[in-house]
Order: sequence, then C-alpha cells, then structure tokens
Amino acid sequence: MPAISSCAPSEHASVPARVVLEARDIARALARIAHEILERTQGAPDLTLLGIPTRGVALAHRLAERIAEFEGVTVPAGSLDVTMYRDDLRIRPARALAATDIPAAGVDGKLVVLVDDVLFSGRTARAALDAVTDLGRPRAVQLAVLVDRGHRELPIRADYVGKNIPTSPRDTVRVLLAEHDGQDAVML
Amino acid sequence: MSGPLIHSTQQTDDAGAPAGLAGRHLLSAGDLSRADAVLILDTAEELARLADQPIKKLPTLRGRVVVNLFYEDSTRTRASFEIAAKKLSADVINVTAKSSSVSKGESLKDTALTLEAMGTDAVVVRHPASGAAHRLAHAGWISSSVINAGDRAHEHPTQALLDAFTMRRRLGNLDGRRVTIVGDILHSRVARSNILLLHTLGAEVTVVAPPTLLPAGISSWSCAVSYDLDAVLPKSDVIYTTRPKQEWQAAAYFPTLREYSRYYCLDIRRAELLPPHAIVMDCGPMNRGVQIAAEVADGPRSVIVAQVSNGVSIRMAVLYLLLGGSQPAFSATEEAAR
Repeated sequence: MPAISSCAPSEHASVPARVVLEARDIARALARIAHEILERTQGAPDLTLLGIPTRGVALAHRLAERIAEFEGVTVPAGSLDVTMYRDDLRIRPARALAATDIPAAGVDGKLVVLVDDVLFSGRTARAALDAVTDLGRPRAVQLAVLVDRGHRELPIRADYVGKNIPTSPRDTVRVLLAEHDGQDAVML
Repeated sequence: MSGPLIHSTQQTDDAGAPAGLAGRHLLSAGDLSRADAVLILDTAEELARLADQPIKKLPTLRGRVVVNLFYEDSTRTRASFEIAAKKLSADVINVTAKSSSVSKGESLKDTALTLEAMGTDAVVVRHPASGAAHRLAHAGWISSSVINAGDRAHEHPTQALLDAFTMRRRLGNLDGRRVTIVGDILHSRVARSNILLLHTLGAEVTVVAPPTLLPAGISSWSCAVSYDLDAVLPKSDVIYTTRPKQEWQAAAYFPTLREYSRYYCLDIRRAELLPPHAIVMDCGPMNRGVQIAAEVADGPRSVIVAQVSNGVSIRMAVLYLLLGGSQPAFSATEEAAR
C-alpha cells in the first residue's frame, strides 16, 4: 500500500507542500469532534464509529479513545472498505481491497458515524452509505471528517468537521498520521 | 505547483494495479507473478471476511455477463464460479456442451462467436482438450476475458489459487513450506497448476507417484520427485492427494487399484507420520479408500471442506480483479502457457 493518503494521487515529489495543520491542531480538532459527538448524541449510548480506509480507520480509533477519555464509555470502532461500492470502478483499473472490520454488535439500530480524513467530491461518502446499508439498518448515519476541502459533486455534507480548508480542485491535500506515516500533519 | 494532478476522490493510489497492464485472461498459474498472486490472495482474504457479514451481494459487477462454458462435467468448479459471480452481482449464463456430438475445434469456435455476439464480459471455460482456453483467448474469436477452469491435463489456475489460499490461511507465509502432492501427476491439471504457483510463492513441492503416472520431463519442473510416500511425509507441511483419473486411462498405468492404494493411499498409518501441524488437502472428487482413507479425509487435519468454501472467495477475487475496473489489476502474461 502506498504511504500517502491524499485527495488526488499525485506526482508529489516535485510539489512543495505547505503544512496547514500540525500535530497539535489535529489533536485539538479530534478532541472537539469527540466532544461534539458526545454532545449531539447525549453521551453516545448506541454509537458505532466506522473509519473508511486507509486513514479514516486510524481517526475512528483515535476518536473512540478521546470519547473513552472524556466520558468513560467504550465506543465500538471498526473499518469499512468502500472499494466495491465506488462509482468510478469502470473508469479506473481494479484496485486492491482494504480491510472491513465491523464491530461484533453490528450496525442495526446504532448511530453510525463514518469517519474519513478528507471530504472532497463526496463520492467516497456516497459509496460508504451504500456499504452501510448492505450491512444493516442503522438508526442514523453521520459523517465526521478531519478536513473538508470543498468541491462537492453530490448533495453530501459532514456532520463533524475538523477543519475547513479552502482549496483549488487541482490542489492535493495530504493527511499524514502517526499510525501510517510516523507523524501527524495535513499538507496542502 | 507542477506535475499532473488528477482530479479524483480516491483515497489511496492504485495499490496493486501497476500501470500498463495487458493481460486480461487467467489461463495458467505460471503466468502469475508473485505480486499478482499475492494480490489475488489478499483480495480473496478481504472477500472471505466479508462473507462473515450479513452482506449477501456486492454491487461491483452489476451488468457484467459471465458465461460458464463447460465441456466437461463439474460440480464444484462450476457452482463455485456461479456463486462467486452472483455474489458480485454479475449475470451468469451456464452453457454445457457435449463434446461427443461435435468436433471440438468447430464447436468451440462457433460457440465462442455466438457468445461474443451476445455480448459477454468473461468466459469461464472447462474443456477436454489441453490448450482450449488459450485458443479461446487468442484465436481472435472473442474480446471477453477468458478464465481457464481446467483444460484436460494442462492447467486449473483458480484451483491452485484456492489451494494456496487455504495453505496460507492455515500455515501463514508459504516461503519454505514443504508441499507433497501424491497421486496421478501425469493427468492432473491441479498438480501442474499447483507446482507452478507454489514455486512462485516460495514453497518447495515434492511429487510422489508411480513412475508411470509422472509426466515425461518432470525433472525439468520446479519440484522434487519421490516414489516413497512414507519417507516424504514426516517432512511435509501439506500433503495433497489427487485422484487417479481412471476415466482418461486407455492403458493401465498401474496393475490394480488395490496395489496403487497400498503404495500411495494416505491411510491412517501414513497420516500419523505427518508432523503435528501438517494439513491434508484433496482437490476432489475424492475416491475414498483409493487416494485417501475416509478417516483421514474427515479427520482433524483435513481442510478439504475449507478448500471448497475458499474457492468461492478466490473466484470472486479473480472476477473482481479481471472485470471490476477499466482494466485488469493483474498482469498475467500468456506466453508461458504451454
């Protein structure tokens, strides 16, 4: 698997990337999202966090840790690969699948919060909604993202946003996380 | 900013899909590079995990047409391909031809042209002539992907993939693992595909058979040869039994079945020679008491039933990787097909 998560597979070598979020910014954003989730769900009794691979999974687990820290509750966190549900399969080569790991309690009747690193066109979120629907019937589905970079192509919005970053459609947003990249940063 | 930036929502780069792939068929296990084989096994692993979820069908191949073209009888392979294609939402058509009624070359060509005219995306072919799948893929009759589901005594690549998948799930990495294949190597497409793939994946294969059931030129294959099953078993991580193909044998390759099984049947005594972690495999159909004792086939070492369920995951992976994208995700080059 490539070491970089981005919103555009890029020729990254020659692009001088600018750091837009540092490690402590990411930590603060995740802490705030965890608080917002707790506030809006009244303590998250039926919450399930599902990260979208690759980096959404690490973010989902970090949110679960923060929620456990703040509220003392254990929230199930897992991963949901949406590759098989993408709408661009026919225009790109078939690609490797990532792990799907649904918490044992499933999604039926749960409040599922999908977690991803970057929200861009909204097509990944759409695929994730289809994937969740195949797994069961959640009570509600919400979306949490670390970065919203705009340029939606579908009527989709995030319920929890770490940071809105204005971008050009041609920009590359790279999210680095310690779990995968050895450091935390968001680069533009 | 320089460099061509592609407007896309893709989360990761095209992992496992090297650029500029040409192969869109799966004809021989020997065509697969190690990276291709590992990609197929890893994909199957994720699909097998999905099978534990309530998901019954994935939408990935919706609208694609997969034809099962079987000129030979088959239970598990045809059902396995059909289930795999249907779980990916492809439409499946089963065509069974009786090879006795028409001359083989004409019939295959006419059938291929008919299927092409109907607009198929993949043809899964089993044929009683070695090389039939290769001919179907390269004669210019059709533009579909061709998947070899067994061509006489030549190859059966998805069987080798599901066998390697089963071994990997039980034993971990196959590098340096010792796999012993016993039985009718001469007529076994499963043995041939397994030897090719296991060599690619780093395992050491030993074949055990009476000299009459070894192909000419076996010494040039990437496997060791033995005639003494008892001596090989204590060093084996996997023992793989194959059936003597009596329906193909005009001449007698061994005096009697009884004598064959005395020397080459995996009976209870022989199974006890295996190291504690070793697993027992068979490609089926099993002739209990001939190549394997019923107690061993049903015993705790046996993974024969797991092989069948793993077959569905492997065939889903192959269909997805060949048909799921705009081009295949693995690059089986066909020049090695022989």
